[in-house]
Amino acid sequence: MPTRVLVPSGVLGLGFDRKALDRGVAARPDIICIDGGSTDSGPFSLGAGQSKYSRAATKSEWRALMQARAQAGVPLVIGTAGTCGTDSTVDWMHDITVELARELGQDLRIARLYSSQPVSRVAQAVAQGRVTPLSPAPDLRLDDLTNIVALAGAEQIQAALATGADIVIAGRTTDTATIAALPLLRGDAAGGVWHGAKIAECGALCSTNPTSGVILVDFDGTGFTVEPLAEGARCTPHSVSAHMLYENSDPFRLFEPGGYLDVTGAHYSALDDRRVRVQGSAWVPGPYTVKLEGARIAGYQTTILAILRDAHYARNAQAWVDRLTGFLQAEIHSRMELSPGDYGLEFRLIGVNGALGALENRSGDPVEVGVLGLITAKTQAEAAEIGKLINPFVLHYPLTDDEELPTFAFPYSPATTDRGALYEFALNHVMALEDPMSAFRIEVTEIRAKVPA
Amino acid sequence: MIPTSLGDLVLKVRSKNAGPFWVTIDVFCDRRDVFDRLVSALSTDRVAALYQVAPDQLKRFDIPDLRVIKFSLPRPVVQGSAHDRDMHGAQYAALLEEMTL
Repeated sequence: MPTRVLVPSGVLGLGFDRKALDRGVAARPDIICIDGGSTDSGPFSLGAGQSKYSRAATKSEWRALMQARAQAGVPLVIGTAGTCGTDSTVDWMHDITVELARELGQDLRIARLYSSQPVSRVAQAVAQGRVTPLSPAPDLRLDDLTNIVALAGAEQIQAALATGADIVIAGRTTDTATIAALPLLRGDAAGGVWHGAKIAECGALCSTNPTSGVILVDFDGTGFTVEPLAEGARCTPHSVSAHMLYENSDPFRLFEPGGYLDVTGAHYSALDDRRVRVQGSAWVPGPYTVKLEGARIAGYQTTILAILRDAHYARNAQAWVDRLTGFLQAEIHSRMELSPGDYGLEFRLIGVNGALGALENRSGDPVEVGVLGLITAKTQAEAAEIGKLINPFVLHYPLTDDEELPTFAFPYSPATTDRGALYEFALNHVMALEDPMSAFRIEVTEIRAKVPA
Repeated sequence: MIPTSLGDLVLKVRSKNAGPFWVTIDVFCDRRDVFDRLVSALSTDRVAALYQVAPDQLKRFDIPDLRVIKFSLPRPVVQGSAHDRDMHGAQYAALLEEMTL
């Protein structure tokens, strides 16, 4: 059965064109799907179990989508709620939803799909040989992870929809799962479904007007048709097919729970100047595995920033930090009894090779150099203590013994900043499941917000 | 003759994380003749050396339909780890863009 999916934007929190959303609702979609996150902004969100987007931006956009849902009378689904999709961010999103339901006077059935994994479940899967590393995978160590999530696929979203929910708030899912769930359930061609879901998951990024957000995808028995809804936005065979390159290490294959999408045989054609039809993509079934993501605390950081504007120091910045580092290691050892292996101390030269480090192959004559000192220690107190210890030397240390003490520019006071925990990604593995729901759970809540007549 | 950099010939060079453990770099050519020329002129070994990875770690896709050459490599440092300098991996593109041919 043909299925029409409305995707308001690539992610909740980045904004979308409200008029285009109205056009989408008027087009009578069968479901509204939006993504709530990914790993792209780094390990902090997953490590801490917090959203990276502001509550205010999230609530304002979610309000518009909840109104659109009420108007359209179809389910609204968010995947990877709260950036990382841990149980804590699913509940954060649920709180916002309940608050909005009261403000809007909406009666709702809400299904929460939880993706967080207890360590014991993953450890048991490891013991049973059901956890396999992808390449490259960090060493498997589960004891100190702050959060583990599994990426749900279409099956878990289908189970959440089967509760009759008006709104599904899903924890970590694949980018495509929320969009693929309903068309697959209704028997649309699996190759076209997964391919169309991948094309639509970033909203209008597959069109000529990437920031406009809103996209409509029609799935059916032979493929899919994609159409951007913003005024003047167009999809072309090139803009649509080029989207398979985006954030994908392999532009022809996309692995999902239960198989992979192969777009080698896909054919893209323009239906008119704004809509593109795609056929010929294949779904190749395989073992049912879900990808795991995890994060741990790798230490606590304090930073310091100094600017070298004196031409002599700007020119010799690398020699200066090399000499400074040796001196500081000895100071830290004599005053705190810490060896270089007990903590991390790194100076990055902004204006020299700040972004690329050892890969940088260009050099110039910078007007000034920013020296960013990163201290990583076992506790925040220790990192802060090292920061205070090195502070006067970062300010005054000379390049050679026989020159006047310099004084560099500190842009603020205090010169050191405590950053809190440094998280790192700790898993690049998949876990095999016999029953897709065995690593996920669903909770349903009923909200009665309408004032009785 | 002034050496030509890759960026002078193509429409755009873009890099981005493909998950926390990979970075992917797309070279977009606006013209088919440029694409055809680059497919033979761009040495996979040289690109691997540029990013300091073993050549067998570098995946390469020449895609004539899109006039795109795509490279994917394991990130030199895992995204967000203590020594990572570029959380989104978007500045890696500069190295390939500035490579002389």
